[in-house]
Amino acid sequence: MENTSFVDHEKFFDCVHCGLCLASCPTYVELGTEMDSPRGRIVMLRALQEGHAQLDDEVVGHLDLCLGCRACETACPSGVQYGALIEGARPFIEEHYRRPMLERGKRWLMNKTFPNPWGARLFALFLKVGAALGLARFARSEAIPTTLRYWFGLLPERGSVSSASLLEHYPAIGEKRHTVAVLSGCVMSTVFGATNLSTVKVLRHNGCEVLIPKAQSCCGALLLHNGEKQTALALAKRNIDVFDQLDLDALIINAAGCGAMMKEYGELFKDDPAYRDKAARLTEKMKDVAEFVGSLELRPPTREVRAKATYHDACHLAHGQGVREQPRALLRAIPGLELTNLPESDWCCGSAGTYNLTQPEMAARLLERKVGNIQATEADVVVTGNPGCLMQIRAGLRQSGLPITALHTIDLLAEAYADDPGTD
Amino acid sequence: MDQKILDRLYDIVGPDGVVAHKSARSVYDCDGYTLEKAVPEIVVLPHSTEEVAAVVKFLNKEKIAFVPRGAGTGLSGGCLPVEAPVMIGTSRLNKIVHIDLLNRHVVAQSGVVNLWVSNAVKEQGFQYAPDPSSQQACTIGGNIAENAGGPHTLKYGVTTNHVLGLEVVLPDGEIVTVGGTVEDVPGYDLRGITIGAEGTFGIVTQAALKLTRQPQAYRTFLAVFESVHHATQTVSGIIASGIVPAALEMMDTLIIQAIEEAFHFGFPTDAGAVLIIEIDGLAASLDPQTERIQAICKHNKAREVRIARDDAERMALWKSRKRAFGAIGRLSPNYCTQDGVVPRTKVPDILQRITEVSEKYQLRIANVFHAGDGNIHPILMYDERNADETRRVVQAGKEILNACVDLGGSLTGEHGIGVEKMSQMPLIFSPEDLMVMTQLRSVFNPDNLCNPNKIIPTPGGCIDVTTPRRQVPL
Repeated sequence: MENTSFVDHEKFFDCVHCGLCLASCPTYVELGTEMDSPRGRIVMLRALQEGHAQLDDEVVGHLDLCLGCRACETACPSGVQYGALIEGARPFIEEHYRRPMLERGKRWLMNKTFPNPWGARLFALFLKVGAALGLARFARSEAIPTTLRYWFGLLPERGSVSSASLLEHYPAIGEKRHTVAVLSGCVMSTVFGATNLSTVKVLRHNGCEVLIPKAQSCCGALLLHNGEKQTALALAKRNIDVFDQLDLDALIINAAGCGAMMKEYGELFKDDPAYRDKAARLTEKMKDVAEFVGSLELRPPTREVRAKATYHDACHLAHGQGVREQPRALLRAIPGLELTNLPESDWCCGSAGTYNLTQPEMAARLLERKVGNIQATEADVVVTGNPGCLMQIRAGLRQSGLPITALHTIDLLAEAYADDPGTD
Repeated sequence: MDQKILDRLYDIVGPDGVVAHKSARSVYDCDGYTLEKAVPEIVVLPHSTEEVAAVVKFLNKEKIAFVPRGAGTGLSGGCLPVEAPVMIGTSRLNKIVHIDLLNRHVVAQSGVVNLWVSNAVKEQGFQYAPDPSSQQACTIGGNIAENAGGPHTLKYGVTTNHVLGLEVVLPDGEIVTVGGTVEDVPGYDLRGITIGAEGTFGIVTQAALKLTRQPQAYRTFLAVFESVHHATQTVSGIIASGIVPAALEMMDTLIIQAIEEAFHFGFPTDAGAVLIIEIDGLAASLDPQTERIQAICKHNKAREVRIARDDAERMALWKSRKRAFGAIGRLSPNYCTQDGVVPRTKVPDILQRITEVSEKYQLRIANVFHAGDGNIHPILMYDERNADETRRVVQAGKEILNACVDLGGSLTGEHGIGVEKMSQMPLIFSPEDLMVMTQLRSVFNPDNLCNPNKIIPTPGGCIDVTTPRRQVPL
């Protein structure tokens, strides 16, 4: 057999097979099959790398079903870098395994869409048109295939897609404390433009001068998760070049998925002499927006937001970046807001990058569980720090007919700051 | 496996209940005890007690041996399929059926994770007391099979003290209930003998578990010593003073270093030993006990005695302790956790013997254990790619257990016999003792189809059993 090494072999030996990860894995708890647990997947990955297993439908099926939520890394006492193991296998699978035609087409389309600015705009346009036509109502129609129904269900509400564009430079409000740049992001800039504006607003109110260079690109996370490593690296290099030449205190990222990926730029380029130092330097400066604002001495927001809120931990924020307390602390700083505990708050909602497009059945099961937990809190608003979770959870809430809104942490915080800089 | 048998199993549990693909069932080849591996020919995952019963009834009719499995976190190979083609997993029996706070019990299916039970009643001020270190993943069914313990068993007792009744699928497929949901059930204590039978008396599908009130207050100490000797003296001193701590745990230098690297709690990595001492109960009772514990620690030359400031620090301390085994993964690719018992006063002796074994076999051995009840857990580190080292680990483990028995102790505190320690059973039991056990098993499991080749050594099963192995005809 040809060389099947796709990941540093020593990484497998961090796993001592204790099984403490099992109950932290959403797919294992849903299915009860150990092939769909982190420990089981590690056994299969190692068998693949050692040539004891074939890359067949069964094995690929179990590996594909992994959300990449990395809850297992939080649970693991042994420090297994599960993310590195599974991400290492993705390009290997894409290279050596031929998927069914429809699946190939789907993946090709996704891989072409997001990294391309026009592709992302087209995606936003598709969402807008879908929303305008009210395709979401077909989500409950028995007449169309289940998968399609689920996808229709993901379409946003009319008017909720915002591609508001940003300026390249915003001055700080009040005394300037920091200079920061913001990653505008592919999905963030085309679908969650309003959240980008909120990010800028909160940063400015807290004394930050904000730079948003136009030359930046998509972070590459979705491509990396789909095994398109080379394209992902090219995008990462572009971002490193663009941001590294600025004199920054921090590079702010408001999408958890992007943040978790970008914080690995240092690791991704550790063997690339041209990018190693730049990547490491920039990685040091990367901060999730809640992580960064939470680390500042917050200029207290003054406007009351009367609501009962609950917080959902985006996997790539909680497990990927270890950011758990800061967003909650920011929410507690909002006058009038009551924050209530969400059961299983760090349990994946099923969005997981493009997982809800590639694995609609499991994504729907996890969404149902998430919505049930949200409903039990009797909150008016569920808050989280990732666009994928927002789209997924909004769809779930709408389909269950629940009058609960889903918002980004920074959107809710921005609400609490005055709109007119002069009056603050 | 015969296609007709496969077809029948598919009929009973449905296509999603059968794991037949080679690479897929390979992930079931061992539990947390990785020294021995065997891939089951088929894994069956029933969705209900009735499906378990139907599968077992069928296998019994066909005379096919089977082995139950929970989450596969066991440490003695209790669910290793040895000459048992079919594995029956309980992972889908994962519902909490009923919570009765007034009568203080929970009815849970056997695949429910230990910690889920406590989480379900936490807000109401209750807990399920047995807290094995693997409680975040291990199942109630596995706990019952092994009669699992945990750090807090010193005060609260082990699994059997917290299980009121069981629903069991016997090895012939019959569903029976043993015990009940009230404190005392007349007749033979069938519940008692099923707990700790390591799945050889049938497959537990549901259990009524006793709930315990959460203590009003805790006080958790980290006492640092220059030597294991002083730490042991302290343990004896505390027990002798009449205090019954909720937990009394010891860790040696090697394990302190591993968990400090893993969890950054702030353990002193140069200490000879640390004790984690926890007392709980009415808040008013804790101050006088605290003073006495501090005095005993000082008397035994403790370098430092820290008290957890708040609940967060207490939780962090316990998290470090409970995940200590896994943290060894940072020091070594593989490990084998031994589980032996010695009289509490013999702890320094057994540690001395472990040091000798470590030198003799050229192995690194870390020690973390429940010092309060003399339950030792030496962790033997090895690399499975090194065949010679792997052999030495097996030998060293046996020698340590022999030493436990020499010192008046026992082969297992809480991990069970499984396949790992079967050959050493004759060290503590006479042939007559073992025969009685075999006879008892035969009542429930006459053809030995249910988890065969476990606990009691059988002819040809283990090559190094020295006492007579032939079973006396019944």
